[in-house]
Amino acid sequence: MTRLTTIPTEQEMSPDFDDGGNEGKLLEIALGPHHPSTHGVFRMDVVLDGERVVKLKPVFGYLHRNHEKIAETASYLSSMPYTDRLDYMCSLTNNWAYALAVEKLAGLKVPERAEYIRVITAELTRLQNHASTIGFLTQEMGASGTPLMYAFREREKILDLFESLTGSRMMCNYMRFGGCRVELPSGWLEQTKKVVEAFPRFLDEYERLLTGNEIFMARAQRVGVLNKELAINAGVTGPMLRASGVNYDIRKVDKYGIYERFDFKIPLGDHGDVYDRYMIRMLEMRESLKILNQALRDIPSGPIMDVKAKIRGFRPPAGEAYGRIESPKGELGFYLISDGSPNPYRYRVRPPSLINLTVLEDMCRGYAVADAIVIFGTVDIVLGEVDR
Amino acid sequence: MLEKIKADIEAAVPGCLLEIIPNGSPSGQHSLLVTPSCAVKVARFLRDSPEFRLDYCSNVSGVDWLDTEVSEKVKVKTLVDGEEKEIEEIRKRQSPGHLEAVYHLYSMEKKHGPVILRLRTENRADKVHLPSLTRVWRSAEFQEREIFDLYGIIFDGHPDLRRILMWDEFEDHPMRKDYVEPDDYEYEPTAHDDVLAKAKLHSA
Repeated sequence: MTRLTTIPTEQEMSPDFDDGGNEGKLLEIALGPHHPSTHGVFRMDVVLDGERVVKLKPVFGYLHRNHEKIAETASYLSSMPYTDRLDYMCSLTNNWAYALAVEKLAGLKVPERAEYIRVITAELTRLQNHASTIGFLTQEMGASGTPLMYAFREREKILDLFESLTGSRMMCNYMRFGGCRVELPSGWLEQTKKVVEAFPRFLDEYERLLTGNEIFMARAQRVGVLNKELAINAGVTGPMLRASGVNYDIRKVDKYGIYERFDFKIPLGDHGDVYDRYMIRMLEMRESLKILNQALRDIPSGPIMDVKAKIRGFRPPAGEAYGRIESPKGELGFYLISDGSPNPYRYRVRPPSLINLTVLEDMCRGYAVADAIVIFGTVDIVLGEVDR
Repeated sequence: MLEKIKADIEAAVPGCLLEIIPNGSPSGQHSLLVTPSCAVKVARFLRDSPEFRLDYCSNVSGVDWLDTEVSEKVKVKTLVDGEEKEIEEIRKRQSPGHLEAVYHLYSMEKKHGPVILRLRTENRADKVHLPSLTRVWRSAEFQEREIFDLYGIIFDGHPDLRRILMWDEFEDHPMRKDYVEPDDYEYEPTAHDDVLAKAKLHSA
């Protein structure tokens, strides 16, 4: 280990220590757990050489409540509302991932209409997640408030839709094994169409504000580069992976639900820097709008629950299943082992937020602290999911 | 497909014992039990072989299997009325439990998967070592740390094996099936039922 990568010892820190003119060269600081840029309670132990990051170790667990253990003591259905609290920005996609895993485990089918509702709610979730992620990112670059509030103004409209559908703005608890919980309220589809129609205007406005913005470009381009090979090996998924140029979107690969019916593209980045990660999210929102337009046009009428699905006394056969979806953050998977009892024997969440942080140190090394904050912002994490 | 993978691994990694673990669920995701001693070689082979290219290790989970009592029928020769006879006897045997690490592998290049690998420790008490696959797939780094933290499997060769979710001074492994939560827990503000009883016992 070279001199630069070690933390000074107690002896070296003492005032009479003669370090041959190296005094004050390395500084060890804890960024967080209470820091406005950490999106919750997350700590980075950083070693700095001047303003450059030499070493960065993420520290987790401040929000740990052992979600998996709790789920093993509860019935399958009673974990559904708890999945809302994983990534609390995107409760509907969490619901879907869990429902998908249980449906695989029990061999349940989902009616056509419910599949369409799932796609519509998931893509709306993606819109509001990406918009606010970019908002937070600009906030961390010093664009205090304005872009974030632009994003929140649009997010508000989508949360209103969620509220009228599920009764809750963020903790939706909407999906069930074999379908969805309630039928769409009257006028909901029309309202959604209006929101979807108005959304491109917001995207244009947002892009006018940011895409060609000189300050934004200076802060974002060639910062935090993540190469393709490392991204794949480290299991990075979602917009971060695609910004590094890897064509891997579970909506296309697994074709879960009814995604094969829709015509949409997977945007890919060239450089894998902060700017690409921003741009990918912008483009993905436009693709989501395409999916939404098709789904809202084609949604059939019919039941929203599989008639064979049991709500009470639900016991899947013994065995195991891993189900995964493309959540706005990356691959969200649930691994379930059933022993034939009403509770899962093993319930595991594959958290995209946590695994995407594996490469945080590699991306930040050599950049200034202020860049590290921005790079961290583009990983797009929610601590409820990281710590579980 | 799993039979083919098994045959190919056995050809490429000599002396490796593999077993296909069937899965009774409608998901049909069967898995491959690998002997820990050759796990790294198997992992390298699966990652690099041009046919499978399982370059992406998606999910690593720990599972705890408790010691169970297995009853099996054994034929025993005994003397009945001076005559030797074979009698079926039901014998109970303690089947030792184990800890398990389950790896879900996919291929980003070939877009297939999952291939599921299982590694098992010898028991749940002192022989809880498994080889770390972090050197093959970096994505296992935090997940193996999490399994070490919550299940107590020690991954040999892991670059940074520390607790990740629990604090460093914590001693037990909370995801184990026989974990008993400590008595001096922070009780809920409006304790009731067994929590109340526990709180009373503690403060007494």
